[in-house]
Amino acid sequence: MVEEEGFRRYIAHAILWIGIAIVAFPVYIAIVASTQDNALIANGQMSLLPGGHFFEVYYQTIFVGTSGSTREPVGNMMLNSLVMALAIAIGKIAISIISAYAIVYFRFPFRMPIFWIIFITLMLPVEVRIYPTYKIVADLHMLDSYAGLALPLIASATATLLFRQFFMTVPDELLEASRIDGAGPLRFFWDTLLPLSRTNMAALFVILFILGWNQYLWPLLITTRDDMQTIQVGIRKMITTTDALTEWPIVMATAVLAMLPPVFVVVVMQKLFVRGLVETEK
Amino acid sequence: MQKQAIFQSKLLPYALVAPQLAIVLIFFYWPALQAVIQSFLLQDAFGLSTTFVWFDNYVELFRDPAYFASILRTFFFSFAIAVLSLSFALLLAVMADKPLRGVMLYRTLLIWPYAVAPPVVGVLWIFMLHPSLGVLARYLRALGIDWNPLLDGDQAAALIILAAAWKQISYNFLFFLAGLQAIPKSVFEAAAIDGARPMRRFWTVTFPLLSPTIFFLLVVNIVYAFFDTFGIIDTMTRGGPGTSTVTLVYKVYSDGLLGGNLGSSAAQSVILMVLVIVLTAIQFRFVERKVTY
Repeated sequence: MVEEEGFRRYIAHAILWIGIAIVAFPVYIAIVASTQDNALIANGQMSLLPGGHFFEVYYQTIFVGTSGSTREPVGNMMLNSLVMALAIAIGKIAISIISAYAIVYFRFPFRMPIFWIIFITLMLPVEVRIYPTYKIVADLHMLDSYAGLALPLIASATATLLFRQFFMTVPDELLEASRIDGAGPLRFFWDTLLPLSRTNMAALFVILFILGWNQYLWPLLITTRDDMQTIQVGIRKMITTTDALTEWPIVMATAVLAMLPPVFVVVVMQKLFVRGLVETEK
Repeated sequence: MQKQAIFQSKLLPYALVAPQLAIVLIFFYWPALQAVIQSFLLQDAFGLSTTFVWFDNYVELFRDPAYFASILRTFFFSFAIAVLSLSFALLLAVMADKPLRGVMLYRTLLIWPYAVAPPVVGVLWIFMLHPSLGVLARYLRALGIDWNPLLDGDQAAALIILAAAWKQISYNFLFFLAGLQAIPKSVFEAAAIDGARPMRRFWTVTFPLLSPTIFFLLVVNIVYAFFDTFGIIDTMTRGGPGTSTVTLVYKVYSDGLLGGNLGSSAAQSVILMVLVIVLTAIQFRFVERKVTY
C-alpha cells in the first residue's frame, strides 16, 4: 500500500466533505423553505434555519394542493407517479425477459432480424419522436391514461440485452437436467431461469423505478387533466410566471416529496442500485 | 450468440417476442417513420394538401439563424456540463479511493442526487438563485454582481449549466470510483518506489489508466446534456430570456407546442435522431467499457 501521510489524509477528508456540502446544499435549502412562511420567502427574508410550519405546509401539500387554479393534492400526483413508475419498471422487465428467453433458447426464422429491431430502439429515445408518438397515443385514445403514460416508455433494448447476456452465462447442463426431468420450455423458464435471474431483475427494477418516477417530458405532453398529473409535471405548474403568486413553501415541499421515493431507493438498496446502474450502461 | 442446448418449438418463440415487438413497432418505428416521411413534406396553411418537397425543410432549418444558434448552444452546454461535472467528480473519486475511514459513508452521501429528477433540480436551483428571493442571489448582489438570470441570457445559461452539472456529479463519481478501484494498487506502488510524487503519480499513472472510463463518461454526459436537461430548462427558464437557453430538444418541444410547421418540426426530430445514432455508434464502437464493481 502506498503510504498516505496524515496531512494529505486530512485534505482528502476535507475535500470530500466540501463535495458533500455542495451536493446537499440545494436540498437543505428546499427542506428549510418548506417549513417557512410564504410571505417571508417572497420578501427575500428566508431564514437558513428550519421554521415552524412543517406540519401545516406538508398537510396542505399532500391533501389540498396549492390555492391556485390547478388545485391538485400532491398525494394524488404521487400516486400517479407511483403507478407510472411501477408500470414502466415491471412492464419493461416482463417483456424483456421473455423476448430475451426466446432469442437465446430457441432457433426460429427471423430471430436475428427481431433482435436487431429491438436493439436499434436504443437509438430512439422518446425525445426524438415526441410529436409523432403523441399523435399515435392520441389516435389510440390513450391520452390522460396510465397506459398512455407507460406503454411508449416500456420497450427497452437495454433490459433485453442484459437478460440475453445473463442467459448466455447460464450453464447448458441446467437445461439438460430439467429436460431429463421432463420439463418443457415454459416449465424450465419458470422453475429454473426466473429464480436464477432474481438478482438481475431486482437490480434492474431499482434503476427502472427511478427512471420511471423521474420521467418528465412525456407525461408533460400527454396529460392534460389535473388529476392525471405526475408529481414532476405538477411541480412545474406550481411555479407561476408571475412570481408573486408562487407559493414557495408548497413548491419546496413538493420537491422534497418528489425526491423522497427515488432517493430512499438509492440509499436503502445501494448495492442493487449500483449493480443495476453499472449493468444497464454496459 | 446462441446456446448449443435449445428448445424446439414453432410458435412459442414468436409468442414470447410478440409483446416487445408490438410495442417497439407501434411506439418506436411507426412514429420514427412518420417523422422521416413528414420531414419531406410541406403542408399548406389549412392542412388540406401536402406536397413532397425533398430536403426543403432541412435547408430552411439550416438557413434559420435561430436553429443554427440552438445547435451551437446545445454543443456548448453539453461540453461545459461534461467538463465541469467530470472534473469535480474525478477530484472527489480520487479522494474517496484513498484508504480513508468512512469511505462507504462518503459514497452514500455523494451518490443520492442521481435520483433527483431534472425538473426538481431546476426548481431547487432557481429557488436558490432567484433574483428577488434566492438565498444565494443575496450574496451575489452583496458582491456587487448584477444578478438576474430571468433577464440576462448569459446568467441564465450559466445557471442551467451549473444545475445540470450538479445533478451529474453523483453518476460520474460512481463510475470514476469504480474505474479507480479496478486499477491494481501495485501500479501505484511501483510508481511510488520510482519516486513519483502523488501529483505526478496521478497524471502519469492514474489518468491514462482511467482514460476508457473518462471517454465513456464524456459520451454519456453529452447524451445526458442533450436530452435530460429538458426538465431543468423547462422548470428554470422555459428557454428564456429570449431564446438564450433553447437547446435542440427544447426547440422541438416548443416549436411543436406552437403548432405551426409540421414538416420543419419533423425535420428537427430527424436531425436529433441522426445525432443520437452517431453518439450511440461512438459509444459502441470506440468505448471499451471495463467498469467492474
